[in-house]
Amino acid sequence: MSGNDTVEVAAATPEFPQPFAELGLTADEYGKIRRILGRRPTAAELALYSVMWSEHASYKSSKVHLRQLAPDERQSRNLLAGIGANAGVVDIGQGYAVTFKIESHNHPSFVEPHQGAATGVGGIVRDILAMGARPVAVMDALRFGPADAHDTARVLPGVVSGISFYGNCLGLPNIGGELAFDPCYSGNPLVNALCVGVMRHTDLKAAVAAGPGNKVVLFGSRTGPDGVGGASVLASATFGEAGPGGSAGGDGRAAKRPSVQVGDPFMEKLLVECCLELYAEGLIEGIQDLGAAGIACATTELSAGGDGGMLVNLDDVPLRDPNLTPAEILMSESQERMMAVVTPANVQPFMRICAKWDVEATVIGEVTGDGTLTMTWRGGTVVQIPPRTAAEGPVYRRPMARPADLDALRTAGPGGLERPKDGPALRGTLLALLGSPDLADKSWVTAQYDRYVRGNTVLAMPEDAGLVRIDEQTQLGIALATDGNGRYCRLDPYQGTQLALSEAYRNVAMTGARPAAVTNCLNFGSPENPEVMWQLAEAVRGLADGCAALGIPVTGGNVSLYNQTGNSAIYPTPVIGVLGVHDDVRRRVAAGFAVDGARVVLLGTTREEFGGSAWAHVVHRHLGGRPPAPDFAAERKLAALIGSAAAAGLLASAHDLSDGGLGIALAESCLRGGRGCTVGLREDPFTELFSESAARAVVSVQPGREDEFAALCAEHGVPATVLGATGGDSLRVHGGFEVPLTELSRVWEGTLPGLFG
Amino acid sequence: MRIGVVTFPGSLDDIDAARAVRYAGADPVPLWHADAGLRGVDAVILPGGFSYGDYLRCGAIARFSPVMAALVPAARAGLPVLGICNGFQILCEAHLLPGALTRNAGLRFITRDVLLTVANPGTAWTAAYAEGQQLLVPLKSGEGAYAADQATLDELEASGQVVVRYAGAAPNGAARGIAGICNEAGNVVGLMPHPEHAIDPLTGPSADGLGFFASIVKAFAGTGARG
Repeated sequence: MSGNDTVEVAAATPEFPQPFAELGLTADEYGKIRRILGRRPTAAELALYSVMWSEHASYKSSKVHLRQLAPDERQSRNLLAGIGANAGVVDIGQGYAVTFKIESHNHPSFVEPHQGAATGVGGIVRDILAMGARPVAVMDALRFGPADAHDTARVLPGVVSGISFYGNCLGLPNIGGELAFDPCYSGNPLVNALCVGVMRHTDLKAAVAAGPGNKVVLFGSRTGPDGVGGASVLASATFGEAGPGGSAGGDGRAAKRPSVQVGDPFMEKLLVECCLELYAEGLIEGIQDLGAAGIACATTELSAGGDGGMLVNLDDVPLRDPNLTPAEILMSESQERMMAVVTPANVQPFMRICAKWDVEATVIGEVTGDGTLTMTWRGGTVVQIPPRTAAEGPVYRRPMARPADLDALRTAGPGGLERPKDGPALRGTLLALLGSPDLADKSWVTAQYDRYVRGNTVLAMPEDAGLVRIDEQTQLGIALATDGNGRYCRLDPYQGTQLALSEAYRNVAMTGARPAAVTNCLNFGSPENPEVMWQLAEAVRGLADGCAALGIPVTGGNVSLYNQTGNSAIYPTPVIGVLGVHDDVRRRVAAGFAVDGARVVLLGTTREEFGGSAWAHVVHRHLGGRPPAPDFAAERKLAALIGSAAAAGLLASAHDLSDGGLGIALAESCLRGGRGCTVGLREDPFTELFSESAARAVVSVQPGREDEFAALCAEHGVPATVLGATGGDSLRVHGGFEVPLTELSRVWEGTLPGLFG
Repeated sequence: MRIGVVTFPGSLDDIDAARAVRYAGADPVPLWHADAGLRGVDAVILPGGFSYGDYLRCGAIARFSPVMAALVPAARAGLPVLGICNGFQILCEAHLLPGALTRNAGLRFITRDVLLTVANPGTAWTAAYAEGQQLLVPLKSGEGAYAADQATLDELEASGQVVVRYAGAAPNGAARGIAGICNEAGNVVGLMPHPEHAIDPLTGPSADGLGFFASIVKAFAGTGARG
């Protein structure tokens, strides 16, 4: 099409062939768009529908399952009224509210690790900002192929430098996250970024375009050709066997490389401060961040959420490249942009504040009452659609099938694997686990992140959870942790998801905080594979049941599908984030043994549970059997116990047990506290040291407070086993083995620098 | 005492510097990069961050901002000025301090709690410390390696203008382990590590950094309040 493809031209040329497949739409979907419009779409409309109906933006495959996550009345007690299940705001008391969310940036981070990861941080921060909150901290959950694989040496340093570059320059403390390796992530690393923001109850902002005559303002960076089609062609499709760039794209833009956006954290910092000042001055009626699907998404969602109409002149959009077509303007995912709805009277003061922060702002349209989203370009009407049809998108009930190999996988349990039988063998097992890339010291990564900026970071990695002070007067704070375990979920997505939830809940509780809300990032393979859909459905069902059992709501989330290269999907990897409220951050508890002569106590019940364990993985490269059994009643009791004990000042340390079990937890508490311990074990030291039973923690008790703590354990119904005491400069297991702290730290700290320089 | 804290576009640790001023018992006064005046403050802190996105070169653009046009002559006339991290880079770019800050050895951003040794407790900002005292303070920077020609380094050492050094090997490859320096008069001090993040063991590795802010408050009290 050489001229302007207007609505009139489209109506007059119904047979004009359109590249719907290259844009990621099916023939059915294309037909549906034609039926909605009563004609063929214009090029701009086709672009708009293609990104809005992409898996990434529409959740078309997952929506039917995600409905289970809507919180019930009891769970939503602390949610602020009027908020839907996907944009929750949690009341944390004292007039404060918190919003947090985790999102994937997996495919861009594989194609271009530095920019892909950087813009992942930028996108989630704008999401939080658009709720009316000041972003206060970020976290990252990262998963890569084998640590010693050639491509991991390309992807991991790039991802870490991207997060470091963007987050540090933006001035947000990075307070924790995850780092794990497995061959299943070789062609498809997982880069999940979390942001948390804080606001006063009264500051909540809505993504609606209401009030005909109000102006639509686009502000922030200019719109360029970067990230065009990022949501549809890149995030919502499987990488071909040849890797990204090897698949279709009929318009000469075959390579996906330009689909990755380029980030400017300096502009984002200005945008954050500018928005917060606009909020404080009460100049905004509605606001939306521009992320995936760019202006297409912002205009359709704002108009679909409001009273139903908007007129936009695309000639007024400030461009970095004047040659962009309307379709490209709509699909561009240029970073650091926001869209606001402003009353005509407030436009001048709005512009003044933007000028103060050197943020470019332009009125590009206005709210109308006609129920139609209309866009003009060079004198013609290029978009004229009912916005809800684009915003809501199709809903699929995709076929599901239990994986054919699941029974065989579960039958081949870890029971037959050779176990260490004596002290020296147990010692060797502990060191093998401690030095394995998943469990080794993560400082190589975290030392590149600023944890201190803003001056409110009370706990950060490698602690079980990050803890940020919210109010300097009252010492109110929030704790955050993310967890996921692809191996558990491969064996049982229902229980595996519940274990990830349990662990994040437990991690938050270890600081003394009260778990309050859940977010999630569901990383799965292609939804067109029935076995993947079954995994997704099971994971969502597990999460819904788990949150109901814990009495806390899911307040938001993100689904990332098509995480596979060719036919080989990643393990199902839901990453679960839990947020907790800490009433007095001065009472926080850390994981390191902090004093000599403190009684070391194991809390919870240890069973022989090795399916999917770190031991089976590291020592035997084995995956089979069943994962540990979740126990939500026990998790709740444990969390309540730690909360009470922390408030009463009874604990010198608390550390949750997870991958690698008690042995790894003891080693970590020794290393972080710079202090050894001596413990006695009973009948089966191997199981006691390395089982991964849920709902357990190891604590050290403030000397002199042992009886009070024992009474509190009894009161909460938490089994407590006295293991020994802190002190000395080695980890000693009575009658078993001893490892000097110097050796522990050499093994623990040496791995990542050895791999990545 | 009123201590100005400058906010450039991209300043990040300005709220932390202001908090440290409050902890030391003085009043922080926000100064905006685009304003040419200093609002009559008794001292100024240039905080950490990425002023102007560190475009061109760290501190290179901030140096030309209106607030610096007022600050540079005031500093030359004796106004106490402390530059932390990006603030140190700006002071070097503005030629209030000699030398430059270059990419870390290893080329990665480094966040680490570092031990510093006080080499000169005679400046306006270090009088609360003793010579040789060790301070545990966070370092967090990508371009923190102090560099200068040999003659300048020799002169800095001879005249006692090295204020703090890294105890042990400098993690960023700084010349002669230099973490912070001052001008000849001792009123202008710049350092890469962040004393404002070591004012309370709750949120930092120690409270050792508070002495920088306590020093200036005490010096001001000793001269008899002007404001």
